[in-house]
This record gives sequence, structure tokens and C-alpha cells, in this order.
Amino acid sequence: MTEFSWKIGGEAGYGIMTSGLIFGKAFVKSGLFAFDTNEYPSLIRGGHNTYTVRVCDEPIFSHSKKIDILVALTKLAVEKHKDEISENGFIIFDQSVFSVSNEEVRDDINLVPIPLTEIATKSGGQAIMRNNVAIGASFALVDYNFEHLVDTINGIFGGKKGEDIAKTNINVAREGYNYVERNFPKFLRSIKISAKKFAKRMYIIGNEAISLGAIRAGCKFYSAYPMTPASSILHFLSSKENDYNIIVKQTEDEIAAIHMAIGASFAGVRSMTGTSGGGFSLMTEALGLAALTETPLVVVLAQRPGPSTGMPTHTEQGDLKFAINASNGEFPRVVVAPGDANECFYETFNAFNIAEKYQIPVIVLTDKFLAESHSTIDPFLSKQLKIDRGMLLTDEKAKQIKDYKRYENTATGVSYRSIPSQIAMFKAATDEHDEYGRLSEEQSDRITQMDKRFRKFKVLESEIDGIKIYGDDDADITIISWGSTKGPILEAMKIFAKKGVKVCFIQVLYLMPFPTTKMKLLIEKRKNKIIIENNKTAQLASLIKEHTGMDIDYKILKYDGRPFTPEDIYEKIDEVLTFAKL
Amino acid sequence: MPSFEELTTKERPTWCPGCGDWGILTALKKALVEINAEPTKTVVVAGIGCSGHLPQWINTFGFHSLHGRALPVAQAIKLSNHELNVIAVGGDGDGYGIGMGHFIHAMRRNVNVKYIVHDNQIYGLTTGQASPTSEKGFKTKSTPHGLIEEPVNPIALALATDCSFVARGFAGDVPHLVKLIVQAINHKGFALIDVLQPCVTFNYLNTFEYFYRRIYKLEESGHDTSNKEIAFQKAFEWGEKIPIGLFYKKERKTYEDELPQISKEPLIKQKIDNVDISQLIEEFC
Ligand SMILES: Cc1ncc(C[n+]2csc(CCOP(=O)(O)OP(=O)(O)O)c2C)c(N)n1
Ligand code: SF4
Ligand SMILES: [Mg+2]
Repeated sequence: MTEFSWKIGGEAGYGIMTSGLIFGKAFVKSGLFAFDTNEYPSLIRGGHNTYTVRVCDEPIFSHSKKIDILVALTKLAVEKHKDEISENGFIIFDQSVFSVSNEEVRDDINLVPIPLTEIATKSGGQAIMRNNVAIGASFALVDYNFEHLVDTINGIFGGKKGEDIAKTNINVAREGYNYVERNFPKFLRSIKISAKKFAKRMYIIGNEAISLGAIRAGCKFYSAYPMTPASSILHFLSSKENDYNIIVKQTEDEIAAIHMAIGASFAGVRSMTGTSGGGFSLMTEALGLAALTETPLVVVLAQRPGPSTGMPTHTEQGDLKFAINASNGEFPRVVVAPGDANECFYETFNAFNIAEKYQIPVIVLTDKFLAESHSTIDPFLSKQLKIDRGMLLTDEKAKQIKDYKRYENTATGVSYRSIPSQIAMFKAATDEHDEYGRLSEEQSDRITQMDKRFRKFKVLESEIDGIKIYGDDDADITIISWGSTKGPILEAMKIFAKKGVKVCFIQVLYLMPFPTTKMKLLIEKRKNKIIIENNKTAQLASLIKEHTGMDIDYKILKYDGRPFTPEDIYEKIDEVLTFAKL
Repeated sequence: MPSFEELTTKERPTWCPGCGDWGILTALKKALVEINAEPTKTVVVAGIGCSGHLPQWINTFGFHSLHGRALPVAQAIKLSNHELNVIAVGGDGDGYGIGMGHFIHAMRRNVNVKYIVHDNQIYGLTTGQASPTSEKGFKTKSTPHGLIEEPVNPIALALATDCSFVARGFAGDVPHLVKLIVQAINHKGFALIDVLQPCVTFNYLNTFEYFYRRIYKLEESGHDTSNKEIAFQKAFEWGEKIPIGLFYKKERKTYEDELPQISKEPLIKQKIDNVDISQLIEEFC
């Protein structure tokens, strides 16, 4: 396995995000695997932004701690990240703006001073294209075909409108490449990497995968209020609204967003809303409205550190119990937490089927790390997916029903759903009601309807397999986790494998209904059960205790707003287990 | 097409005898008969309050949503199937208090839904607290020493927000209200009808008597419904004389008109079984 990591750091407004994307995508286009993650403060200019891309000739699932090439657009980037640089790693920095010496960093580090800004402006670009000079220069350090970069830039800026921009960007990058070739011949192509076997793959972030899943599921209505890290769903779907005939509505607030999604669904259209914790707080009352009226609903909750506004542009898994318990009263819902972009796509697609089949709210729970990180995955197998609209009535079927009861007390708890314009009229009622949907406060109606709604859950529990297992069955260590920690955990398992330690990883994909039976069976006889969560209070561990009565041996938690790296996980596990042996 | 009886439910409303809500329900049903509305293609969406119970007692599709949230639900229903006739109803607390944000945005958005506000200047269902339209000094359960705030002026607010149809009705004059509702439904765009609706149980001030003595009809006073400036002047007329009728009307493109997504057929009619996303997948490769 050959790999290297690259990081670019500078002020917000330097165009770092696009540069990072270009860099990673260029490698994916040639059959390599890339994973990226970005870090940026909640402001538009200034501050410190970074974008890290890890490239490998085998599948990878997260970034890693060490970086081999640091592109520093500011001196601050050097100071902040010099300790992350691997032995004999490189720092490319903007000589037009500042200088760096080996005394300031480490002797083994190879310094590559380049007048980035100057080259950018001299070769016909603007100062902001200094990034592209740096990308060109970075490519010179890697044994890699420059033409892939050209392809990628064309792809990103290309089309008729962007032709000139693409051309300038390519020229500027080529100048960067040439500069290294002329001035640092000994560094040329010092990082060797090449694709083992070419295959066409996608380079995509979680939010885009969710959007594709929704489009494939026939989502026709998306209403949302901007909130990081959910906003890119709004942006992506808006950009496709005319190609796929989707009404994408930016609303006055999240309360309107969720009510609109409910209204659209009531009218018979598949709909979705998306937000982060603060917006979800505003949506909670309506979550119950969807539940009581049994209107199908898909809500994406992309977590960020709270409480309150918290750390708007960072990551955390602090809303698990909130998602499970949000809203007053008791009602069934589904909470699914994809762990990677692939699951974002397929589980979002499934979410629409589940929501309609069971006529309940489904929450797709992600976080900033998953929502905004690119990973390299096989193209989605979208042809095989089947839409299931459950007991939604066709016009024909509606005509045959006599004495229509929208909330009929059926064996599965699910009842026929008609939509306006069909002959089977009903009223969706936010108050408790009888089988027809008429308001009722009778004890018998209350019990019947509560039991009806919860009966669906029993069926659901038997249909959903909420757990995925990776690694060895007879493992020394069992890791249990959920959501975006999956990537770093899978990577940490590679490190353990090298050391000959057997690890098993239990990923809880569906948190509600909780996979109690399977979880019990799985963890009963295991030793060294370790929970890993990107939060302060080990919410999954507490759910496991609640549902199975079992305790977790060790908890590894991180709540600094940053995702785990594989190394973090490896080291922390090593630490607790050594400690345990003492 | 429906008869008045067909629109009438077996269950009788549970409103207090003499409440203005009865008149509004009657007027709405009569208006639907007059415009030949198909009950199955009509959706009445409500918020929460005494007013919010209305959909229960009219034989059409209905959506009884949350307190203050009738408008977002109603707009989305219309956008999803613009062949439907969508009418939102709610109270003054519902629309001008907790739902005020949605109200303003619905007006600027101009989705073709009709909004009938049962404006009784009180919170009825919660047994008589001050509402956003209660008059200054009004003593209620929650304002025993008299309300300090000035009331919201929904008509002026609607005019300021460029609402495309702004009217006020009176629950005590059903034939007049029927006309207003018919006009509103025939108007292409968002329409507000603020209905003076005496709450006979909790509002001792703004009674039927109170309004009978004060109201006059704009259409009988030669009012020009295309003149916004005069409409504004009329909007602030409240005291000895209170105008009812159509204040202002303007042809504006509806939100739906601007959506190419639904220019051929309503969203609801578009097939979703096999959406081809291969092009999108390609974009990410
Ligand atoms: C979020 C929320 N807050 C409070 C209530 C309690 N509540 C029900 S109706 C109502 C006010 C009703 O007043 P109005 O909207 O004017 O309707 P009316 O009963 O006068 O027709 C309130 C506060 C509620 N149902 N939901
Ligand atoms: S409380 Fe007032 S508004 Fe409510 S039904 Fe009785 S009279 Fe009507
Ligand atoms: Mg009221």
C-alpha cells in the first residue's frame, strides 16, 4: 500500500476549498483513491482554513494524522501544522509573502520556497490563483501524469462558460510544476504512487450522496433553511431543480421548512427537509405532527457541535439522543446514521421507502465530517433500486373503497393513505382522532390509535437489520460505534492488523428501532468492548445499556469539534488496554 | 357539483352558540357551492384554535396542522398539486402571533392559496387571553390591568407586504363574506380575508353589536381597489367607522407561474418509479 497526504492551509477567501477538491479529484480520475476533509472557521474572510487530502493506491476511508506535503499560504499555516509533517516531508510556501527556515521547523523537512503569488499574477492569473501554482508544484513532487490535473481542472471549470478560466488555471498550475522542475530537480517525482488497476469511481461528499439518493427516490420537494453543515444539500438540489423537476424551497425558517415538507407529502409528493441541530430544535413540534397525521417524512439532521450555535463549521455526534427523543409525546420514528458516502446514498433512498411504507418520520443522521468530506467510492448501482410507496392508494383503488378509514386499525398498524383529488377523502388531524380521522378524546380511540402507531414498529424491527459487522469474529477487541466514525475506525483496524491484533467493529446503522436482540447476542460474550463516539457523554453506550442492560468496558470520546483520525483511535485503544492490563 | 348539504358533515360544530365561527363556516361552504368546487379537489388547512377546528366540519380534504402553521402546509400542498383549491384558515393568534413570520412570507411569495383569518381579537380556545389584535387597554385573563401593546394591523401589514388581495369580512354578514370568498378564490394569487369574528364567550368588547354599529362596506363608498395609497388610509380607519370589503387587489405572477418544474404538469403527476441518475453519477466520476 502506497499513500501520501497533502494539506493546504491559509486564510478563508483564498479559494482553498476548490483547490483541495481539484487536488483529490485529479488522483481519483486516474484510478487512485482519495479522501479529504476540510476545516474552516465560521467567517468569510481571514481566519485559518485547511483542506487535507489523503491519496492511496488502495481503498481508504478517512484522512490520517501525518501529512507529507504542506502547502502554506500563510506563516500561520506553517506554525500550526509543522508538527504534523512526516519525516522528510515537504513544505511548499509562498516566498512572495514570507520565509521559512529549517531552524523554525525541523531539519529533516524539505523546504520548497516558491513565489506563488508572483507566478500566478505573471502568468496571466490573479493572486487568488496562487493555490493553483501550489497544486502544480505539488504535482511535481509526486510521480504522476500532469495531464490528469488538466482533465480535472477542465472538468471543474469546463464547459463553454468556464473555458477561459480553466485555461488560465491550467497555465498557472503548469508554471508551478515547471518552477519545481527548474529549481528543485532533486525533489522532482520523489513521491511514487500509481494506480494498481484503473476503475471509474466517484469522488463525492456525504451531502451530495444524500442528494443523489433523494433524487433517485423520486423526492420532488425539498424545503430548507440554510444551516451548516446541511446547506450543501440545499445548494446541490437547487442546482438540479430544473433538470429533475424538483421544487427546492428556501423557507423563512426551519419551522416552515418542515411544515412544507409535510404539506407536500400529504399532497402525495415525496419530500424532504434538512438542517443541523439548531434548526432541528425548531422542527421538533412538527416531527410529532408528521407522526400523528401519519404523513411520511424524511429529515436530514447533519450534526455540528452544540449546544446553541456551538461551533458552526465543525463536527460532533451530540444529537443522537435528541434525534431519538425529539418532540413531545411518544411515537415511532426511524433514525438511521450512515457511516460513509455510500450509505448516505442507499440509506437516503431507503429512508423514502420506509417513510412511505410505514407512514412515519425518518431521520437521516449525519455530521459535518461525513456531510462535507469527499471519499472515493464505486459508482452507485442505482438501476436495481425499487421504489415502494406502501399503502398509498392509486386513484383506481381509492374508488373501490367504501367507508374509507384513513387511520384504520390494521394488523400491521399501517393503513391506506389517499391523497387530495382522490375520492377517499379524509382529514389529517393533529389532535388525537378515531379511525376516520375525526377528533376524538375517547379513551378507547386514544388507545387504539397509539397501539396502531406503535404496531408498525414491531413490523419495522423485524424488517430492518440495524447492525453491520467488520473484522474478526474471535477478536481481542470489539469496537462499537455509529455514524461517521466508521471511516477512521476502519482505518485504525488496518493499523491493528499490521500489529497482529484482531479487531471486530460493530457499526450501528439504525439507532431507532434499536437492534436490541442482535446487539445483545453480539456483545454478550465479548471482552474489551470499546465505544467510540464523537461526543462527550457516550450516547450510544447509554442506549446500549438502556436496551440490553449491558455495560461497555471502555469509552473513547472526542468532543473538540474535530473528527477522529485513525491514529487517534489506535493510540487511545492501545492506551486503555495497556492501562487495563496493569 | 356540491350542494351545501354535501359539504355539511354529520357532526355538528362544537363552537359556542352564537359564535362568529358559524358564519364563517357557512360562508365558506356557500362560496364553494357558488364556484362549483369539487370537494375532493379542495383542501382546507387549519392551524390550532377554535377557528382551527373548521376543517372537521366541512366535507372536503382537510389538514389540521399545528398552532400557527397552516400557511406553510397549505402553500406546499398547492405547490405539489396546483390543480387543487387550497384554503387556509386560522385565528388571529394563530396567524398574527405565533405564525406571523409565515404570514408575511406567504404574502410576498404569492402562492395561490386563500387565507381566511377568524379575527376575534382574543385567544378563544385557551379561554380568553389577549391576542395580537386585541385593543390597547383590553382587559383579559392574561392582561387583568389592561393590555399595554398596540394591536397588529393585518390589513396595513398585508398592503405593506404587497399582498395581491387584501380584504376584510364580517362573520355577521354572511352574504357579503360569501362574495369576498368567491372573489378571493377567483383571484389568481395569495388572498387575505381578515374576518371580524365576535367571540361571544370571551370578547366582551368586540361584539356583534359593536360591529353592527360601526361597519360600512367599501364597495358602497366608491372605494378604488387598485389604489394602494387610499387602501392604506382605509386600513387605519378603526373606531367609529370600520370598513369591510376589498381594500386592494393587484395582478401579480404567482409563485407557481415562475416554476418551470410544474409548467407542464403538477408535481404530483410526475412519474418517480425510475428516475435516471446516471448523468449525475457521471458528474462525480
Ligand atoms: C405551540 C403551541 N403553543 C400554544 C398552544 C395553545 N393554544 C392553542 S389555541 C391558542 C390560541 C388560540 O387563539 P387564536 O389563534 O386566536 O384562535 P381562536 O381560538 O381565537 O380561534 C393557543 C395559545 C398550542 N396549541 N401550541
Ligand atoms: S370561545 Fe369564542 S371563538 Fe371559541 S367557539 Fe366560543 S365563542 Fe367562538
Ligand atoms: Mg382568536
